[in-house]
Amino acid sequence: MIEIKGLTKNYGNLQAVSDLNLRIEQEEIFGLLGPNGAGKTTTVRMLTMLTRPAAGEAYIAGHEVQRDLARVRHAIGVVPQHMNLDQELTARENLELHGRLYKMPAAERGRRVEELLAFVELGERAGELVGRFSGGMKRRLMIARALMHRPRVLFLDEPTVGLDPQTRRRMWDLVRRMNRDGATILLTTHYIEEADALCHRVGIMDRGRLIALGSPGELKERVGRFVVEGFDGDGATYALFGTREEAVAYAGRTSGGVTIRETTLEDVFIQLTGRRVGE
Amino acid sequence: MDCYTVFWREMLSFKRVFWKFIASRLVGPVLYLVAFGWGLGRSITTNGGSYLDFVVPGIIALSAMTVSFNAVGISLNMSRLYHKTLEEYLLAPISSLSFVLGKVLAGTVRGLVGALIILALGFLFGARPAAGSGFFAVILLTCLLFAALGVVAAMTAPSHEDMANFSTFVILPMAFLCGTFFRAENLPGVVADIVYALPLTHTSYALRALAAGKGLPLVSLAVLTGYAAACLTAAVWTVRRLR
Repeated sequence: MIEIKGLTKNYGNLQAVSDLNLRIEQEEIFGLLGPNGAGKTTTVRMLTMLTRPAAGEAYIAGHEVQRDLARVRHAIGVVPQHMNLDQELTARENLELHGRLYKMPAAERGRRVEELLAFVELGERAGELVGRFSGGMKRRLMIARALMHRPRVLFLDEPTVGLDPQTRRRMWDLVRRMNRDGATILLTTHYIEEADALCHRVGIMDRGRLIALGSPGELKERVGRFVVEGFDGDGATYALFGTREEAVAYAGRTSGGVTIRETTLEDVFIQLTGRRVGE
Repeated sequence: MDCYTVFWREMLSFKRVFWKFIASRLVGPVLYLVAFGWGLGRSITTNGGSYLDFVVPGIIALSAMTVSFNAVGISLNMSRLYHKTLEEYLLAPISSLSFVLGKVLAGTVRGLVGALIILALGFLFGARPAAGSGFFAVILLTCLLFAALGVVAAMTAPSHEDMANFSTFVILPMAFLCGTFFRAENLPGVVADIVYALPLTHTSYALRALAAGKGLPLVSLAVLTGYAAACLTAAVWTVRRLR
């Protein structure tokens, strides 16, 4: 559904994205994971034609991004990281404007607006100016807006940044439901548990490069499914094991407090880069 | 039709602020009319009519320029740099020309409303300009021109401050020099030539001639049309560059 070949972007000497190659399949929820500044947003901006790549090409739903602008625009929905709703308009008018910009016939537009307002649970507030909405409501409305024209591919750039834990879980449900309805989803996040909970496959980016690719399970398998963290007089210890038995055996040999837990994508990231996400 | 969508959105928000807009548009012109019409104007005689009759077309020209420039320029610059709402249009399957036309037409509507307010106020103060269809056509063309210039400034200014600077260095001097309050021909040689090359001078000339019941000066019409075409082209180019 999305094919990226050698996509590259630099800002001065900084390689924001270098030689990115990636295939995202139809009806997949794919997560680009990495710390701030890893190149995730730049990648999304290049795929949505808001930033011009220095080199490489990308195809969305079979259309080349740089050439077949109109077709690509109809095929994609974009939810950016920052709030970019029209605050001078009501929730309903924001959706209505989007439908008109995408040339939806009036009758279908009206139906779709109401359907989506219900979908993101904003029906009762539809006539209010968006400026008065909370962060979570704005984010939900942005998702509804991106879905208006029934895009086949949806880009969600840090969809839950700045949201409280409860709203975040609601957002995850929303993403899963959109995916069930047939949308291919590319999301970026620097929240490990988000990628873990939502994505069928994850690409880990660091300093503009894709350093790992696979399902969360595969990636964890690669570094070892279990982690033993120990605390003794000399400080913290940290070890990874392929099986529970090995982990338990190792824990039995150590003195001091130990914790055995399952590997997270954070552990994968640390193993690959020697740093934590966000460091 | 896409340009109508852009225009439709602008009219939605214009309807919401309509009375506020009217009220804020009244302040400046009332001050001008009091200061230049009643205050200063009493002691000035122009060849023929009163200074009030002389100055009203000038104030209309000035106001058509500032209202349409600011209506498009400030909001579009905010939308590009601060609210980021411009992205919605950049992503949408509409042409850059449609976007520019929609914005420019909306700015023109505001500029026209602003001009009508001054015409009405001037009437209350005792000015009786002959405002026929040619008169309104010149106002319309001026609004188009400066709304398009507003797009160019908004799309190129790297910050809000630069946008304000553009107003100060380009719009403000024109407001005072381009035959709005006095005859630009009376300026010293080179200055008069420079001022003659500026678009607003021709709006003032044309409006004043038409208000006095004379014909439309064709040179002025040609200059305004030329500027308007150039600004529109530049506006479309500045939007296309971002996509």
